[in-house]
Formats: sequence, C-alpha cells, structure tokens
Amino acid sequence: MKTRAFYFSMMISSLLLVSCNNDDNDPAPVNEEEVITTLTVVLTPQSGTAVTLRSQDLDGDGPNAPVVTVSGPLAENSSYSGAITVLNETESPAEDITLEVEEEDDEHQFFYGITGLNATTEYGNFDDDQNPLGTEFTLMTTDASSGSITFTLRHEPKKPNDGTLADAGGETDIAVSFDLTIE
Amino acid sequence: MKFYLAVLTALWLAPPIFAQDCTQSVSGEIIDFHDKTPLSGALVVVVNQDLQVTTDDKGKFTIKGLCASTIELEISHPECTSQFLKVDIHDKKELKISLEHHLELLEEVQVVGAAQKQKTPSSIEKTVQLGTIERMSGGSLGDVLKTVSGVSSLNTGANIVKPVIQGLNGSRVLILNNEVRMQDMEWGAEHAPNIDINAANRITLVKGAGALQYGGDAIGGVILITPEKMAAKDSLYGKILANGVTNGRGGNATLELTKSFENGWFVKAQGSYKRLGDLEAPAYVLSNTGISQVGGSLQIGKNNFKEGWEAYYSYFDTDIAILRASHIGNVDDLITAINSKQPSFISPFGYTIDNPSQEVTHHLIKGNYYKRFEGLGKLKIQYDYQQNQRFEYDLRRGDARGIPSIDLTLRTHTFSSDFKIDADSEKQLMFGVMGRWQNNEADPSTGVRRLIPDYDKYDLGAFATLEYHVSNQLILDGGLRYDFSRIDAKKFYQRSRWEERGYDQDFAALVIEDFGTQLLTNPVLDFHNVSGTLGGKYKLGNETDIRVNYALSQRAPNASEVFSEGLHHSAARIELGDLRIKSEISHKVAVALEKKSVKWGYSLAPYANRINDFILLEPSGVEFTIRGAFPVWAYRQTDALLLGVDANIYSQWFSKWRSEHQLSFIKGRDETLGNALINVPPVRLQNSLIYQNPTLKGLRVAIESNYVFRQNEFPPNITVFSPEDNSSIVLDINTPPPAYHLLNLDVETAFKLQKNTLTLGVNISNLLDTEYRDYLNRLRLFADDIGRNISLRLKYIF
Repeated sequence: MKTRAFYFSMMISSLLLVSCNNDDNDPAPVNEEEVITTLTVVLTPQSGTAVTLRSQDLDGDGPNAPVVTVSGPLAENSSYSGAITVLNETESPAEDITLEVEEEDDEHQFFYGITGLNATTEYGNFDDDQNPLGTEFTLMTTDASSGSITFTLRHEPKKPNDGTLADAGGETDIAVSFDLTIE
Repeated sequence: MKFYLAVLTALWLAPPIFAQDCTQSVSGEIIDFHDKTPLSGALVVVVNQDLQVTTDDKGKFTIKGLCASTIELEISHPECTSQFLKVDIHDKKELKISLEHHLELLEEVQVVGAAQKQKTPSSIEKTVQLGTIERMSGGSLGDVLKTVSGVSSLNTGANIVKPVIQGLNGSRVLILNNEVRMQDMEWGAEHAPNIDINAANRITLVKGAGALQYGGDAIGGVILITPEKMAAKDSLYGKILANGVTNGRGGNATLELTKSFENGWFVKAQGSYKRLGDLEAPAYVLSNTGISQVGGSLQIGKNNFKEGWEAYYSYFDTDIAILRASHIGNVDDLITAINSKQPSFISPFGYTIDNPSQEVTHHLIKGNYYKRFEGLGKLKIQYDYQQNQRFEYDLRRGDARGIPSIDLTLRTHTFSSDFKIDADSEKQLMFGVMGRWQNNEADPSTGVRRLIPDYDKYDLGAFATLEYHVSNQLILDGGLRYDFSRIDAKKFYQRSRWEERGYDQDFAALVIEDFGTQLLTNPVLDFHNVSGTLGGKYKLGNETDIRVNYALSQRAPNASEVFSEGLHHSAARIELGDLRIKSEISHKVAVALEKKSVKWGYSLAPYANRINDFILLEPSGVEFTIRGAFPVWAYRQTDALLLGVDANIYSQWFSKWRSEHQLSFIKGRDETLGNALINVPPVRLQNSLIYQNPTLKGLRVAIESNYVFRQNEFPPNITVFSPEDNSSIVLDINTPPPAYHLLNLDVETAFKLQKNTLTLGVNISNLLDTEYRDYLNRLRLFADDIGRNISLRLKYIF
C-alpha cells in the first residue's frame, strides 16, 4: 500500500511538472533606473556667453564611449557660476538624477580636478552639516591657459574630507574630463 | 538490524581509547554464515584508526601494531552485511567471525567507519568523516573540503567559499546533496554552494569525471554529501553541536533528532542556525562581512533490504554581507583600492548586514524508491525539485535603495532512474537515464538590466557503467554517457552591444522584437555531449594499491558563460558572455599510488588534464561610461592544460604521536596563447602534528601548519586609461599576493555524562594573527584576510 501511495505521489508530481510549464509570454524589457547617461555643466559668466560642458553616454554600460562636448573657451579673469545637471536619458522623459543627489546630499559630493588651467573652484552648495555637495559652484579664471577639468561624483564618501578624492573614498558615480582653454 | 544501531551508537559514544604501546596484535578468521566457507578478500578495518587489512585465501587475517587495549573492528565483504565487533586484544584468542551473505546490503545500511565502497574503483576518492565535519561545524562546505589534498577554494571574503578541485570550480564541480544534483546557480564566482554541512554525515570527493552516474560534465569532480543511513531498529537519539567564535563574535548551533523503527521506518529532523557579525583582519575590522544562516532538513522513509523509499526536504537560507570596501565605482576606485594597504571603508564592529549583500534561499524536495529483484539487481527511481532564489543588493540611490539589483529564481525538476545488475559478483553493470527541466526567471522590477536572462533548459542523459573484478588483485571499470541539453532563452541585448559583438551579422535571425535601444532575442542552443571513462585498480600486496583512470568529459556552457552581459556592480566590471561558446572537452589521466599501514602510509597522485575549448573569464580590456572606465571581463575559449600532483604522507611515530603531511601542486597553461591560466591555485603545503591520549579524557591536541606559496604564474595585467590621472596605467588586477603561513591549534577532550558523551573543543585558527591575502580570494584587492579566531565547541550526544 505504501509503495502504491508513493507511486501515486510521483505521478502527481510529474503531472505538476507538465502543467506548470510556462506560458510563452515574452519577458518585459528593463530600463535601467539608476544609470547616469548625461552630465551637463553650465558655466554662466557675469556677462558674456555661457559655456556648456556635456558628456552623454546613451547606452549606459554598453560598449559605446560617452560623447564629450565643450561649447567654447572660457574667458580670462572671469567668475563663472556653475550648475551641474545629471540625467538618465534611457528613460522617457529623462529622469533628473540631480534631484536625488541633492536630496541625499549627505551621501554625495562633487569634486573638481583642474590640471593645466589657471582656474580655481569654490563649492556653491552644502549639506545640512555644512559639508560641500557641489552641484553648484563658482569657477574663477585668471590668465590664458589650456588644460582640463574633471568632475567626479562620489557616492557615500567620507564626510567631512580634506577635499581630495583619496581621502573621500566612497564609490564613483561620475568621472568625466573636459579639455578646456582659457582665452 | 539491532546490532547495527547498537554499534552505531557505541561508535559515537566511545571516544577513541589508546594504550601505551603499539605492539599488540589481533588475528582471526572470517567465514560465510550460510555455508561456513572461508571468505577471502573481506576487509577488516580498525574503526577510528587508519588501519585495515584484507583476509587471505583461507579467510584469515592479522592486524599488527595496535596501540589500544580495546578496539572496534568493522568487517565487510562486497557480498555481505558488514559487522562491527568490539575486541579486547588482551584476550589473545583467535577470532571467529561469520558474515551474512546479503548482496549489497552494505550499501543500504552503511555505517560510520573508515571503509566505504568506492563510487568507481579507479577514480581518486577521498572521504571526509563525520568527526572532521563536526570539528568544522561553523565553517562551510568549501572549508571542510580544503582538508583534502588537491582541493582549494575560490572565496569572496570568508563566508562565500566555492570548492576548487584540482584547479577547477563552478559548473565543473557537481555537488550531490543526498543524491540530488544541486542546481543553485553555481555559475557565479561569488555563488557558494547552498549546503548546510551540519546535515551531512559524510562528504565524499571524487576527483575527476569518473563517476558517470552523476553526470558527464564533472571535469573537476563530484562532491557527494551523504546524510546518515538509517538502520531498521527501534531507537531514538539526538545530537547537539554548538560553536562560539571570537572573530565575528557569534556562533552556530545544530540540533539533530533521529527516530527509527524495527520495521524499517525512520524519521530524522535537523536544524541549524549561524550568526556572525563583522569579521576582523589583524589590523582592522572588515566592515560589513557578517552572516546569518538557517538550515533545516527532514527525512522520512522506510528502509528494508528488498525495497524502500525516502522523502527528503531541505531548506537553506543565507544572508551574507559583502565587504563594504569592495563595492567600488570605476577603474580609478579599483586602482586606489589596489594601491592602498587598507580598505577604503572601515567602521566599528557591528552585526548589521548592510548592502552590498546577497540573500539566497534554496529548497530541495526529493522522493526516491528502490526495489531489489532476486538474482538480478536493484532498481532506483528518483524525482527531485529544487528552487533557488537569489537576491543581490548593491549600494543604490533613492527609491531603489531596498530593491535588489539581481533577483533570480531558478526552478529545477529532475527525474532519474538507474538499474544495477549485481547478481554476478565479478561483473556489475549499471545503467540509467535522467531527464531535467529547468526554468530561470529574472524579475524585471529590479530596475537593472538582467545579467542572466529568462530561460528554459532541458537535459536528457543516459549512461552505462561496468565494474569487472578480474581477480583479487585487479578491478577494471569503464563507462559511457550521453547528454543532450537545450537552452531556450529570451534575452534582451542592448543594440550597441549586439552590434559590437558582431551578433547582427551572425545571429540576426534570433531577434524577435525591436525595442529601439534594446533587442529581444530568442537564442535556442543545443548541445550533444559524450563522456566516457576507463580505468583499473591493482593491488600490490595487502597495503598498497595503484589506480589508473582516464576520463573524457564534455560540458555544455552554462547560462552565465553564454549570456552574461552587463555591469556587475558589486565587482565593478563588465561581464560578457558569448553566444558562440560551445562545449568544452576534457581528457584527463590520473594515477594514484597508495599505501596504508599502521606505522605509515602515503598517497601519490599525479594527473594531467587537457581541456580543449576551455571556457574562462578574464580581464580583456576596458570600456568607458560616464562613471569612468570599467575593466571588461569576457568569456573566451582556449585549449588549456592542467598538470598537478596531490601527495599525502602520514606516520604514527609513537603510540600517541602522529604526523600528517600534504602537498597540492598544480600548474595551468593556456596552450593557445602560451600564457599561464588565471586563478590556478598556488602550491600548498600542510603539515600537522597530532597528540592523542585516550587515557586522559580522550585528549586530542593537533597543531597544523599551512603554507601557501606565491602563485608565480599568472596572465599579464591589462593597461587602462585613468581619467583621474589623465594617463594610461597598468591595472595590477592579476598579480598574486605574497606567500603566507598560518598556524592552527585544536584541542579536544571528551567526558562521559552518565550514558551520554560531552565533547569539548577549542580551536584557534591563524594562531599568530598573521596578515595575509589569498590569491583565490576575490576580495584580496581590497582587504586582508581574517585574523586570529578562537572558537569553543561543544558536542553532546544523547
């Protein structure tokens, strides 16, 4: 009898095996929610034309490299107010990740690395503990020069830090270099 | 039957007892119970000692050099029920032992002891006994198997441990949990086997692909985790194991209860729980490395000689925190991590399991039935179902914070049946079939593109093996197996990736829907694999034998090797599979020369494994995203050669002093490129000195030294552009860490509490708190390995 019961349970399970065979529905596509595709930095002088720096990588972690564009040169001895926008353009309409970064300001910080350019930066916005966030900043230029500026966004850095990437740690969400000239 | 359980219990209850000198001997004769004829070739094993002899033509045997005054003998014969016997060697009289002629009952009622029937005579097999498993009850399967020469492990920290057999791991190592082939996403380097070792009574390792009944693709080997076999005897017994550890400031506990009946019915329940906080390296806390793990199993069935059945359920759930500092953003973070001596993130000790982490749940349900046919053999049928759920959590922003990045459900149904014709004791023929259906489902609500796609996989297999006892000295074995497997996947590719890989040229027909930036494809891949084995075992005298085995095995690529595509956040790398990957084919020759005697013994086992179209994953270049550069790890196929030798030697210097030595040596070459292979285990030397004094409360003191050499052969590093430095630099990702030496100390003693036994033990691993990093630990780039750990263990049997 016991054996028969066992056979029976085997049959039931094999029936299940057949009956739970999937429907042929195709899976739904996943649009990456957190991917950052686009970084735009708008540098607005007190007078004159604004300079726009943009890095756009529409395939996210796909094989294509980001497309980096710089709208023009900076002017000598000028002060620019800088504003950074971060977007996810794989979604439609594009998601503005800047809002999230600013909301979680205690967990984020932008760093500006300048090589070759005669320019300095100052943070323009801060988190609740008065540690820098940096989606807004000021850029001051002096003499003509050429070089590059690198924008790095760190997630969960050590805060406060000494202003260097090495001390801040955390993980890099954005790292983009722009070649620039000051004329 | 009563006898078995009595012995079984006695075995557990009795701590090993040794006398002062090792000059005692015992001799006797073994005869058939039915016709009183002497039984030659019966195996007599001294339980708990590495000592065994076989009877001569007249059924006689003598064991010399015994140390203890009371010993326990296990007497077995291939065609008989094995027996246990307590012997007081001071009696000095000749023993007369009769065995009952029951074909193969041995296998059904196998008892704890040193001798087990080999899965195949010519393969190299090693068994880890219950004592060792219990001593390591707080560890993982990989930790336990590392006590065997030729086995190392691929780790992600200390809690994710994948066994590596003679240089091979993952899908090349089959793990059978109570005869069920584990389907637990073994393809990932950071996916550890979902096994609770506390449910195991014995762990057997078959090196190589010789054990064809379990699968044809075991290029590395087969790991068999066997629960205790139940005896048909009225009894109720239990076991409690508890461990407390300093490193991680936690511990684990196991409770096991067994009830069996005279009529063959049995039921056994077991549960275990483990909880550890952050582990600590000698110099700092390894932040976010805790673990919480629950395991349980229930076994019910009826076990008789002629027929029997069993239903088995096991549950395993593990929640493992992954070193916070290993979660990095891009190649610059990786460079910083490699150059920095310390992890980038250290916080005070805590128990919280934060992200990054993984949570895996595994359910296994099995039912099997066997029946013996007189004068013919034994039929077995089995059905099993497994469900594996894996969540991987990354550090995410905003609303996605609590949502896993990977959410995969793998469901597997397997039906298998085999028939063993063993009426002829000289020739044993076994054949069987297997059918399997597997479904993987990747939940799209993660908001992260699927690393592994949705797929259905179908497997069909058939095998036949023959074991031929040519003479008392020589056994030959051979086998053949065929496997068909089909993967039917629905996968989204990024259009840019599809084109970059050249799939738009080669696989345009696979596209079933165009979503603009993404393409839905339906790859259906078929694989036909043939595997075979041929070997023999030859006895050179009573104590020595030699084994030779050749195995051909073919393995179809797994889902990860074919389909992986995307950024693996936790590893900061882009992993790319390849649709063009085909089966890999291994030709392996293994030889083993082994001697076992009271005073000393050795085993010398060289092997050569040539793998054509070997599938490997290694850094191949760099891709840029807005987050910076990422190393690309791509799967590719090459011809590989693995050459190695596993050597063991032991010596019983004095009655209480024993030493054991082990060397595992392996070299791996990429024959196509002429480079070294990636992730080949470095040479390892293990030495231990054991003092055992049974007259002193069963005191056992063991000191163990582990020396791991530096791996000097590794593939070249890659050069990457660092945006932070604005220049190209060498990414030191393949360079192995220096050699290291660890000392471990273990002290154990047993007390009698009325009829029950309480065993207490202290184990100190990494005694000198050495700072080291291991080449096969994926977190070696970020932090040191764990420091000194003192653990206190308790075992109570009732």
